[in-house]
Amino acid sequence: MSAAPVLERPAVEPHLDSDPDKRADVRPTGKRLGPGRRRRFAWLLGPVALLALWTLTSATGILDPRILSEPWTVVATAGELIADGRLQENLAISAQRAGLGLFFGILVGAVLALLAGLSRVGEALIDGPVQIKRAIPGLALIPLLILWFGIDETVKVLTITLGVFVPIYLQTHAGLRGIDLRYVELAQTVGLGRAAFIRKVVLPGALPGFFLGLRFAVTGAWVSLVVVEQINATSGIGYMMELARTYGQTNIIVLGLAVYGILGLLSDGIVRFIERKALSWQRTLAG
Amino acid sequence: MAAHPGGMTAVAPSAVAPRAGTAASGTVSVRNLIRSFGPKSVLNGVDLDIAPGEFVALLGPSGCGKSTLLRALAGLDHDVRGSGVITVPERVSVVFQDSRLLPWDTVLGNVTLGLREHDAGSRARKALAEVGLAGRESSWPHELSGGERQRVALARSLVREPQLLLADEPFGALDALTRIRMHGLLQDLVAAHRPAVLLVTHDVDEAIALADRIVVLDSGRVARIRTVSPDIDSAADAAGHEALRRDLLADLGVVGTTH
Repeated sequence: MSAAPVLERPAVEPHLDSDPDKRADVRPTGKRLGPGRRRRFAWLLGPVALLALWTLTSATGILDPRILSEPWTVVATAGELIADGRLQENLAISAQRAGLGLFFGILVGAVLALLAGLSRVGEALIDGPVQIKRAIPGLALIPLLILWFGIDETVKVLTITLGVFVPIYLQTHAGLRGIDLRYVELAQTVGLGRAAFIRKVVLPGALPGFFLGLRFAVTGAWVSLVVVEQINATSGIGYMMELARTYGQTNIIVLGLAVYGILGLLSDGIVRFIERKALSWQRTLAG
Repeated sequence: MAAHPGGMTAVAPSAVAPRAGTAASGTVSVRNLIRSFGPKSVLNGVDLDIAPGEFVALLGPSGCGKSTLLRALAGLDHDVRGSGVITVPERVSVVFQDSRLLPWDTVLGNVTLGLREHDAGSRARKALAEVGLAGRESSWPHELSGGERQRVALARSLVREPQLLLADEPFGALDALTRIRMHGLLQDLVAAHRPAVLLVTHDVDEAIALADRIVVLDSGRVARIRTVSPDIDSAADAAGHEALRRDLLADLGVVGTTH
């Protein structure tokens, strides 16, 4: 603005005390009732404390190693088992079973949920049997499955599949049924056809339910895996632990538990990551 | 022309209005419309005509049946018992009180929803620019304010170039300042696109500000029809404005209100 040199004087800096600590900050304070600000990694405190307690009681001899192995023994055992390849081998076969069971379970659960959620005939045919299946504990089916399919891989994958498809079906179906009627009206007023309605409204609307089911399913897959591997298997983490039980090797049992725990946490984390990406339109308290 | 035969006296669409050659005329006609929810009758023989490009406000107290009438015109009352003959133009758009944007689709995706033309994207961008939301195409609905969401809903309805725009208290959930801005926007959009408009409202001032004609509905019947003179909003006719306002409030059974 060369035409108005008057305006070119230096701007007046707003006056602030240089030391922020000396700035006045007087406010009425009430008692804060909420739990306060969230701190990063705070969730680690509990597990670390537990680990410290375990180490301490083991080191001082309070904890008998025959009851529970020392942490360092478990780490050493992991090293040995990795060195001779047994851990990887068993882990691979376990992961394969869980993965296959999960894959077929998700497929079956999602397809059945869509059939039941999108047509009244489908619902009448499918929903009842699934509810009956849900009422039967999955593990109670194992004797029958063994009679039918023997003790090979099929029966293991099938057991996991049967455990997985139920939560996928239930949550996806609830998601489909729970789609807001207002969106159905909207779809009508903008002239959506049936296919476009399913693609644009029904499926995206049911996705949060599907992911909720998926989280249950992943946890459930590991649970089923443990059972089938400890009942009838000659390989896998569960078999490794079962064998260790007969020889009284608590270090291997504890290692197996740790592996299951890590796998469970890891897979849940992966599902939550995918969920966050797929449902980025959602604004929830979790952020 | 598409006709929704009204339930019990179902008339084949072709008998009421032949499809061919009439799409250009955007006339709305409602004859002896009756609707009831169970034992409660909501519309008791409503007749209504809207000329192409005419802006009609449907005014009435809560429960007078104004939303039922609008939903009947929108073809959204599948399970409601009733009779009567409704004729509406081919292209009808609806704006609801809630913006009703799909939360899982972007602003642009919401505006193009249901459009089959290959230039849907560019038309939607143009419509968004018209409502002042250029550059917000890839936002999620939850990132917008209430007024912005309702503007997206307006863009979604106008991108279809409707011959009839049905608006069910579209500004009812907005704050007073945003509502006034939205009135101006709606007037501009209607002037540019010339659809016939049926605006359901319970706000007397909104009806006067926007409509050419105000239909007062009471207990499921048309109680009164008042024409709004074109220069009522100018300062010159402040007295006329005040008189109309008083009359409408009296129609609605609110008496002795001094503003």
